[in-house]
Parts: sequence; C-alpha cells; structure tokens
Amino acid sequence: MTEALDQVFVLLSRWLVSFLPAGWRPAAGVALSVAAIVCLFPALFALTVLLERKGLGRMQNRIGPNRVGPLGILQPIADGIKSLTKEDIVPTSADGVVHFLAPVVLATAVFMGFAVLPMGRNMTLAKMDAGLLFYFAIGASTELSVFMAGWSSRNKYSLLGAMRAVAQMISYEVPLLMSSVAVVMIAGSLSLDRIVEAQNHYTWGLPHWYIFTPWGFAGFVLFAIAATAETNRSPFDLPEGESELVAGYFTEYSGFKFALFFLGEYLAMFSISGLGATLFLGGWSAPFSFLGWVPSWIWFFGKLLVSMCVFIWMRGTLPRLRQDQLMNFAWKFVLPLTMLNLMVAALWHFLGDGWARWAVCSAILAVSYVGMAWVGMRRMHFGARSYRYAE
Amino acid sequence: MGHPAFSVSHREQVAPMSFVFYVLAAVTLAGALAAVLLKNTVHCALALTVAFAGLALLYLELDAQFAGFAQILVYIGAVAILIVFAILLTKGSETPKDGVYSKNWLAGLAIAAGVFAVLGWAVLESARVLPGSGGTPTAAPAVTVLQIGNALMGRYVLPLEIVALLLTAALIGAVIVAMHEKEETR
Repeated sequence: MTEALDQVFVLLSRWLVSFLPAGWRPAAGVALSVAAIVCLFPALFALTVLLERKGLGRMQNRIGPNRVGPLGILQPIADGIKSLTKEDIVPTSADGVVHFLAPVVLATAVFMGFAVLPMGRNMTLAKMDAGLLFYFAIGASTELSVFMAGWSSRNKYSLLGAMRAVAQMISYEVPLLMSSVAVVMIAGSLSLDRIVEAQNHYTWGLPHWYIFTPWGFAGFVLFAIAATAETNRSPFDLPEGESELVAGYFTEYSGFKFALFFLGEYLAMFSISGLGATLFLGGWSAPFSFLGWVPSWIWFFGKLLVSMCVFIWMRGTLPRLRQDQLMNFAWKFVLPLTMLNLMVAALWHFLGDGWARWAVCSAILAVSYVGMAWVGMRRMHFGARSYRYAE
Repeated sequence: MGHPAFSVSHREQVAPMSFVFYVLAAVTLAGALAAVLLKNTVHCALALTVAFAGLALLYLELDAQFAGFAQILVYIGAVAILIVFAILLTKGSETPKDGVYSKNWLAGLAIAAGVFAVLGWAVLESARVLPGSGGTPTAAPAVTVLQIGNALMGRYVLPLEIVALLLTAALIGAVIVAMHEKEETR
C-alpha cells in the first residue's frame, strides 16, 4: 500500500498513457511529465510568493497582504490577474527582439533544469549519466538572459544592474560547482539518481546524508551561500536592490514579461534548493529509517519547502551586502574554503571508516574557517556595542 | 579551448544523415552567418551564442554527453559572457563609421574556402582510413565521463597539468595588467 502511494504518480502516468497506441507511448509519457512539471512548479511559486509576503511581513512586525480572501490566501490569484492584464510597455529605443527574448530564455533555461532532479523514487524526468553537468550547463545560460535584459533596455541603471548581476553570478558559480564536485567525488557518479541512492542507507536509524559528514556540512553551507548568490537573493540582491537601482535589470519590463522574470527567479530558487536537497540532504530519502513508509516525493518537496523558508528567513533577517563586499567574500573566503573542502572530502575517503576521520576532517575545517575569519577581520575593530538615540 | 574528445558514431557512416542533423546544422550555420553579417556587435555576439548552442546540440546528437554539456557550460556560460563584456567595456558596441564589411572581402572568402577545403578533405579521408569503416560497421563504444576522467588523470595527466599552468599564468597576467592600469591612472 505504501509502495503504491510512493509510486502513485508513476502508476498514474502509466495508466493514462496506456490508452494510446504503443508507438506513441514513450513520447506521451514524456509529454505528460513535462506538463506535470510546468503545472506544478508555478503553483508552488504562487504558494511561495504568498508565504514570502506573509512571512516577511511578520518578521518585519507587520501583517502581510490580508485583503484578498481570508488571511490574504487568494493574493497570488490577484497578482496573476494583474500581471496578465497590465499594459506591456517597451521603451522606444529598446532593442525589441532581445528585449522580448530575455525573459523567454530565462524561463526556458530554468524549466529545463527541473528535468534531472529526482523528485521521488523513479520520478526523474530524464535519467542522464551526466545529470549534474546538464544542470550546471543550463544554469550557466541564465546569466546570458540577465545580461540580455539589462542591455536591451537601453537604460544605464538596467545595464549597471545587469553587469553587477552577471559579475556576481559568475563569481559564485565557481564555489557552487566546486562544492558539488566534492559530492560527486564521494558518490562516484555525476548522475543525480545514483547520488541519492548512495545516501539512502541507514546506520542505527540515522541516514547517511552527506550533510551529516564534516565535509558535507561545510559543503552544504558553501553551496547554500553560492546558491543564494546565484539566484540574486537577499543578502546578495544588490542587482535588484530596490533602494539602489529601481529594479535593476528588469526596470523596463512590465506586465507579463515582469511576471516571467519573477517566475524565473523563484523557479531558479526551487531548482537550486532541489539540487541542494539531492546532493546533500539525501533527495527523496526519509530522515529516519522508521519513517520509510512516507512517500518519497513528500520528503523531496518537504525539503524543498524548508529550503524556501530558510531563503525567506534570510531575506527578512540579513542586511544586503555591498558589491565589493560580495565579491571579496566570494573570491577571498568562499572559494578557498571550497577548495579546502574538496581536499578534506578526499581525505575523508582515504582515511577509511572509523572515528579518526571524523576528528581529523572536523578539526581541519574548523581551524581553517576560524583562521580565515580571524585573518579577514584583523583590520576591523569591534568595540562594545554602543547605541545612539536621537535627542 | 582544447579539443573535446568525442567519438564519431559509426551509424552515421552507413545511414543517411538524419533530419535532426539537418535542423541543427541549419541552426548553427544561421547563427554563424548572422554573427558575421549583423551590424550591431552585441547582436553578433548573441548570434554567435546560438551557433555555440547548435554545436553543443550536434555533440549531444552524436551521444558525446560530456562534450555537449561542457560546450554549453564553457562556451555559452563563460566565453559568450566574456565576449559581451569585452564589447561593452570597450568602444566596440558603436557601429563603425565606414560600415562593418571590409574592402577586400573576396580575398577573405578565398582564404576561408581554402581552409574549409583542407578541413573537409581531412575529415573525409579520416572516415576512409579509420578502422571499422570499411566492411561491417562496428558499434562505437560510447565515451562516458568516467572514461574521460580516467584518461585525464591517467594517460593525459601531463597535458592536464600544463593546461592548468597555462590558465593560471593567464589569470595572473590579467590581474597584473589590470593592476598596473589602476596604478597609472592615480
């Protein structure tokens, strides 16, 4: 029974496809899965937008939207209707074709990233041997769409926002890839399905997720930092900082194109949270072995939603980083720690089983983190906290 | 960038080229032609990106997964951005006054045709010379990422280290050039 519930979507798609003649079945199965993804993730996007506005509101000591529907639940519907019916203003001097194509390229690239995420047991749309490489290759294309948006608007603020965004995304792409490479090294495969299966074992009821190892924990933190910067999310959202650059690279977009950019940004957050969950948090595997009866897709989407809540939490809590602080952080702190993490992961593998490797790896990572922080903060003099009140 | 390793799928030699190949080749050629014929330099760079994407899809059609994805990651994700930044940060985005086409385009065309003829002859000759192309076509072994990794770390580790050294030297050189410029402007 739990087996059937776990595989309910696979069985449902097989049943629906069985109505068609045999020649059409593979293509119809793929089309059905694509349609499911295209319907599900924008629905999750609507839910997340609501969660974000209410959540941020409560964190900032105010109530979020509360007019549309009880407790503001129908707000995303109002937002959707507004985006679809607003006038689409394109500046006269803007480059028409590129201006139109930029949100299309972004939405396409982000949707393609969902194809390799294992959303449950046997629920990957495209089982590829080089799945992780596909994901990062597609993610690299999103930077191009950001640049296209900023340049085609013929607006110096848009261009400035686009340059900053592209510089930030390129800088943080290296730590993102290198923290994933540690996982690939230990799991021995680029295929996301096999990475999840390598984490799906339990010792004394506790899972073998990579986040519970020293290098995995450090790797997850670095991956989360790089992921936040890749999706231009606070505290790395200077490119779209509302107080600095109007709206950055999508200043000149209105109506549906703006909605597409917004959708693309949130979908990128979903897909990178899904990737983080797959690489470090065990994908669709349950946290404890006695919880294995809960369907695998519930665990995957649960981890996804928890990651989204952490993103929203960070947005409401941390102040925005300045551009040079952001770049310094990437190249002088995150990147060296990522390279060290790679070597520690290799050390973990070669030290063999036992408590020695836990002690050695944790010690190396802790000392290096504290050491680098100490070196970086030598020039700052923090005294006792002082308060100044207006007289 | 280095030459990505890929294996020619032998089925291509006995079967006529497929419809997908024609579509992808048309896309690549259209992108490359647009990259040289368009007037606005940033448009040319974006058309070049389309040509890169077409090449990557051709690699994928030949079952060379690593080559295809590395092409997207490196060329579209990094080289295209680099070209675009270079266009924007220099004065290249303004269309030059006396047009974009050079005066001696006929000589250029002749040289390009000559190079293409040599390359085409080399490719067709290699198809004749490689084993397995004569009699019964043998299935080419699919090159997996594992094999590429093993080859890079095993047999080709010296070229790998030399390329790494070269890239590090280029990076340091770029930083030094940029730093000197900053000091001169003070």
